[in-house]
Amino acid sequence: MENLLNIFVKSIFVENMIFAFFLGMCSFLAVSKSVKTAMGLGIAVIFVLFITVPVNFLIENFVLKKGALIWLGGGFADVDLSFLTFMVFIAVIAAIVQLVEMVVEKFSPALYNSLGIFLPLIAVNCAILGASLFMQEREYENVLEATVFGVGSGVGWMLAIVSIAAIREKLKYSNVPDPLKGLGITFILTGLMAIAFMGFMGIKL
Amino acid sequence: MSNQEREPILSAKNLRLLKEPLGKNNPITVQVLGICSALAVTVKLKPAIVMALSVTIVTAVSNLVIATLRKSIPDRIRIIVQLVVIATMVILVDQLLKAYMFDVSKQLSVFVGLIITNCIIMGRLEAFAMANKPWPSFIDGLGNGGGYGIILIVVSFFRELLGSGTIFGYPVLEKLGLYKAGYENNGMVILPPMALIFVGLIIWFHRSKDKSLVEKR
Repeated sequence: MENLLNIFVKSIFVENMIFAFFLGMCSFLAVSKSVKTAMGLGIAVIFVLFITVPVNFLIENFVLKKGALIWLGGGFADVDLSFLTFMVFIAVIAAIVQLVEMVVEKFSPALYNSLGIFLPLIAVNCAILGASLFMQEREYENVLEATVFGVGSGVGWMLAIVSIAAIREKLKYSNVPDPLKGLGITFILTGLMAIAFMGFMGIKL
Repeated sequence: MSNQEREPILSAKNLRLLKEPLGKNNPITVQVLGICSALAVTVKLKPAIVMALSVTIVTAVSNLVIATLRKSIPDRIRIIVQLVVIATMVILVDQLLKAYMFDVSKQLSVFVGLIITNCIIMGRLEAFAMANKPWPSFIDGLGNGGGYGIILIVVSFFRELLGSGTIFGYPVLEKLGLYKAGYENNGMVILPPMALIFVGLIIWFHRSKDKSLVEKR
């Protein structure tokens, strides 16, 4: 249990997707103009990470890894499909995003309308593929750990995009030098926030 | 997206396709694409250059492939077709790096895989390759990869010089005798947040040189 809590806190603060690894920067910069839309995208990202990371974990451990196919019989003990990782992960993500979109549309039209165009865009959000690849690199022990890591990364991403959106809303009223307006100042702000987040480094529960 | 349908293949126009993304229409500082990977690999020059080359190759070749196939790709499933082409190219690059430059491949870790979701590639495929002939698309891919590479190289040059005092691992500042004069490396520059601030400064510099890029708001 402590271990899970540790992974959760670490993935939100210490290994924050945006501030430590710059994953999902494209949508982070494009959709952070108002807090409301930022919130919608954040929830969608958490949702998709919650599903894709454990699914990719299972695929990695029961299909792709060297020797993972052993449950098919002794003859498959040496099969190593790990070179297919990228292709399979991105296909799984694209398929799940599509599936999630259809399910949400059917069962909760209100949520579907509030997420709007963000759901399909998530398929090409680096944070999603990045979380799966980090999950592979760090070799979590079981599905539960992988799920907790996925949700934690999502929460961290949402925290980052909502806070930067709040700052940008305020920023409209300040006097920024012309060439820095918009993109430039957002970069520098993100950098400063990332420095603040470095204060969490070394946290261990 | 200032490069739109251009049917006749003229070398002057192709040259413009190559040159525009390097400055005026730079994928990172102007189109805001592909930032995810641009920042994390810029601590040292060598991985940055390898990354820039990989992205350029993947962009150019997938542009070429998609532009060749553009008339036979059904509109509804074009995204997944594009992803498959990109993923194939990235797997090739990844396997090559693992075979011939293992240490760099370890440093780049997940970021080689993340070329797949690099928005530059998807963006160029959608905006250019789906509507243009193979050869101009190839040039456009080279140009945009190059524009991405320039930013990577500039950022990593300053980060390596100021942060570790070396260029390509060669201790420049030590040879110049700066340490004896009391100079010390700025450890802050190696930390990830400084990459963001450097890109912010590059954008500032670029836009104050070229006023037409300033955002009105």
